[in-house]
Amino acid sequence: MSDVKIATRESYGNALAELGKVNPDVVVFDADLAGATKTGVFKKAFPERHFDCGIAESNMVGLAAGIATTGKIPFVSSFAMFVAGRAFEQVRNSVGYPHLNVKIGATHAGISVGEDGATHQCNEDIALMRSIPGMVVINPCDDIEAKQAVFAAAEYVGPVYLRFGRLAVPVVNGEDYKFELGKGVTLKEGNKVTLIATGLMVARALDAAKELEEKGISTRVINIHTIKPIDKDIIIKAAKETDLIVTCEEHSVIGGLFSAVTEVTSLEAPCKVVPVAVMDTFGKSGPAAELLEVFNLNKETIIEKVLENI
Amino acid sequence: MDAKMKLALEKVAVEVRKDIVTAVHSAKSGHPGGSLSLTDTLTYLYFYKMNVDPKNPQDPDRDRFVLSKGHTAPALYSVLAEKGYFDKAELLKLRKTGAMLQGHPDMKHIPGVDMTTGSLGQGISTAVGMALGGKISGKGFTVYAALGDGEIQEGQVWEAAMAAAHYKLDNLVAVIDNNGLQIDGNIADVMSPYPITDKFAAFGWNVVTADAHDFDSIHAAFEKTNEKNGKPWVIVQKSVKGKGVSFMEDKASWHGSAPNDEQYAQAMEELNAIAKELEAK
Repeated sequence: MSDVKIATRESYGNALAELGKVNPDVVVFDADLAGATKTGVFKKAFPERHFDCGIAESNMVGLAAGIATTGKIPFVSSFAMFVAGRAFEQVRNSVGYPHLNVKIGATHAGISVGEDGATHQCNEDIALMRSIPGMVVINPCDDIEAKQAVFAAAEYVGPVYLRFGRLAVPVVNGEDYKFELGKGVTLKEGNKVTLIATGLMVARALDAAKELEEKGISTRVINIHTIKPIDKDIIIKAAKETDLIVTCEEHSVIGGLFSAVTEVTSLEAPCKVVPVAVMDTFGKSGPAAELLEVFNLNKETIIEKVLENI
Repeated sequence: MDAKMKLALEKVAVEVRKDIVTAVHSAKSGHPGGSLSLTDTLTYLYFYKMNVDPKNPQDPDRDRFVLSKGHTAPALYSVLAEKGYFDKAELLKLRKTGAMLQGHPDMKHIPGVDMTTGSLGQGISTAVGMALGGKISGKGFTVYAALGDGEIQEGQVWEAAMAAAHYKLDNLVAVIDNNGLQIDGNIADVMSPYPITDKFAAFGWNVVTADAHDFDSIHAAFEKTNEKNGKPWVIVQKSVKGKGVSFMEDKASWHGSAPNDEQYAQAMEELNAIAKELEAK
């Protein structure tokens, strides 16, 4: 893991601008947040292909659905709360049901939004988007993965939800990393415990694994960037080969990674799965780094859960 | 419009009305009232105005139609069937298990349906997106959308109205089917959207009015929309819910209920009489 920290929303904006150069069909919609979602980077490069819809997310999603039928590849952006939350029904009925080629770039997901507090901290978006038939849900863990996920989403034909964060996070992957949609990544081998993490919790899971190893607990770390369709094989293998799975996510314990993993294990390889997640509560204001501690989305909690349950 | 074309459209429209009543009767559920109020407009669009070809329903250069008031799918399906997009026998399977014709328009499985709709307020946004796509691609197609007068109570309609004017989409024509009724009663009593014309004008649209059941009036209104002046067009047309079936006319109770066998027989008798009259012309 390098010392460099980059927020995945920055990666999103930069990747869009790169994508715009090679794909003339890509168009970008924003809802008065181009500076925050970083689609402003694309706007600067391709002003004629960037549309600010104003503070009207529901309409923005509809515009994207309509323009997708004319052969364009729209990326729609807002905070996760407003594009997955407020516009949920538009995403379901205008995009999901007709399976249109719309990409949703949701930034400011989770409690790491920080000071803005609970109204803007969306811990429910993965649950909402995952419940829509045919929707791909991707939650990248770092800059390198986020950029490649944007290109992969553009290449895939159909609706994709991409989840990005506001907080600068460590770069976990190397330059040679290859993102494969729907494929989990084993970042570290181990045979006693498996930590299955997504998003910014991947770096924290790696830190926890290091300390667990020091305590003599062989710990596997898996990065699940694609929450839907989920990589069943990598989960079943972990369930069979290790004694315990701890899922790590910056999302509600209801409907996110913990749910997705246990949906697989309960049917295919029953085993003990313990969550590290936002425990069915709203967020609050504070610096993001402090909130991750307050809500127990940290290395210490992961280690504690392992020691308690092993 | 010459008298011959007008008569031809009137003949198609009465067949469409028969199809609507037959389909809804067969389904034992559905929305005949708002389907019958929109029938003449849809007939005009598909049999006169729009550049469409049932043999090539995905032509990228075609005009588009979005039924934002998606519950009146029986009208759209009947017009599409009359136009030859699919077999009229499909109409008898409307809303039945395994049928192609879903309760609300489904673009993935029904030839000629340009957008999946049904949740009110959403269709007009997608139509704005299509018109924007046409503009930035340099294509000359026009996007038509039909909305209910009750539907415009949805806030999303006004978000879309703002966007269409902002992007100067003069290749977009919205029709407001002003039959004055919604499920719970008179729109003015439930939650008045009036004055409709003034609202759209204030949002930066070109506004035209028409009589929804007179092809000369419909034609005159749509002809005006050929003018491209950087503003989207809206035709607010006064219509009669249930038009063509005496006992359904102007009754909110026929918004979402199907005729029983006896009522169906009467409706067909009335429509056949109109058809016969037109044949004699």
